[in-house]
Amino acid sequence: MAPMRLEIITAERVVYSDDVDLLVAPGMEGELGILPHHAPLMTMIAPGEITVRKEGEEDSYLAISGGFLEVMANHVTILADAAERSDEIDEARVREALRRAEERINMRASDMDLQRAVAALQRSQARLRVVQRRRARPSPPPGQS
Amino acid sequence: MPNIRVIRRRIRSVQNTAKVTRAMEMIAASKLRRSQQRLLASRPYSDTIMEVMGHLAAQTGDLGDDAHPLLQRREVNRVEVIHVTPDRGLCGGLNANLNRFVGRFVLDQSVPVSVIPVGRKGRDFMVRSNRDVRAVFVDQGDRPNLLDVLPIARLAMDDYESGYVDEVYVAYGRFISTVVQRPTIQKLLPVEPAEMEPGELSGYIYEPGSAEVLASLLPRFVEMQVYHAVLESIGSEQSARMVAMRNATDSANEMIQGLTLLMNKVRQESITTELLDIVGGAAALEG
Repeated sequence: MAPMRLEIITAERVVYSDDVDLLVAPGMEGELGILPHHAPLMTMIAPGEITVRKEGEEDSYLAISGGFLEVMANHVTILADAAERSDEIDEARVREALRRAEERINMRASDMDLQRAVAALQRSQARLRVVQRRRARPSPPPGQS
Repeated sequence: MPNIRVIRRRIRSVQNTAKVTRAMEMIAASKLRRSQQRLLASRPYSDTIMEVMGHLAAQTGDLGDDAHPLLQRREVNRVEVIHVTPDRGLCGGLNANLNRFVGRFVLDQSVPVSVIPVGRKGRDFMVRSNRDVRAVFVDQGDRPNLLDVLPIARLAMDDYESGYVDEVYVAYGRFISTVVQRPTIQKLLPVEPAEMEPGELSGYIYEPGSAEVLASLLPRFVEMQVYHAVLESIGSEQSARMVAMRNATDSANEMIQGLTLLMNKVRQESITTELLDIVGGAAALEG
């Protein structure tokens, strides 16, 4: 099948830009799989994990902390608040952030703090999942730009 | 005949000026490197969100009154311009160009225009020329973050939603290269629909729903565009200052050369005159 174009862009940089065959993203109402020639779509995405599949290559994973996803004319654009490829994540720091977030939630701080802590927890969990995928499969896949 | 001491003092003064402009040039150059990086990195996001908004606006034309308040088009009775300029001068013609550009834009409108100057130079100009200044934002610094510009975007959106203004523009100096900064004005609200092939206008699927997505995406769009305009403006300011200060340093050095030449000539002449006097005096005594 003809591939589709995927671009993941944050305010700081272009994280990913390549032709892909399948994309799985965390939608607001559950996982969202997108194949080439998907109908036009505009959705918010939750903090989580993005899986990218290319024919003949191993899957690659990215951690994303919320944003928007647009599908338009076989072109997928993700405007992310923040996004990292699996090989850019520092596992030790993620674990530390995760621990801090859990601590803050356990302390039962005010509503505002709680919301922020939960958001931080979700982001850290997503990063951790992505980084652990990489450890299960040591060589990072080529084709990432 | 100019006095040697006067010329020497003049040279020293020009030398001091050259030192100052040289230092300013180097400061601007190092700030430029940083701001250029940030600005070029933020361009893809800004361009892409613009594109996405264009697609979106092209397809929500038939929503009518249900459209998000930031997408509603009205008859234009008042427009608002966010006028982004540097806080400081000594950056060549940049401020003058920006102010002239926006001043012209204001005069070209057939309806009243409210201006929101961001930066001292724009504020001074707009106040001096008696424009309707809605609010003033100064002291953004050289490295503002998104939070610093949120109030500007908030005000523009509130004005648009409340119907106080019917169009919002943002004007800034777009950084083209170190030597070129182009005054640019961009329409923020209402969002301009992109031109699309009829076949592409099949309508979006929204998830969770169009209201939720738009309510979250539209403010984000305005905020990012204003932020990006500020980044562009800072890049333009630093590059314009660097070039202006380099020219100033070069001119000062040229002036020093000219003055040194003049000083030497004057000195030589005075020595010659003195010698002639002595020789003349000696000849008179002998005779």
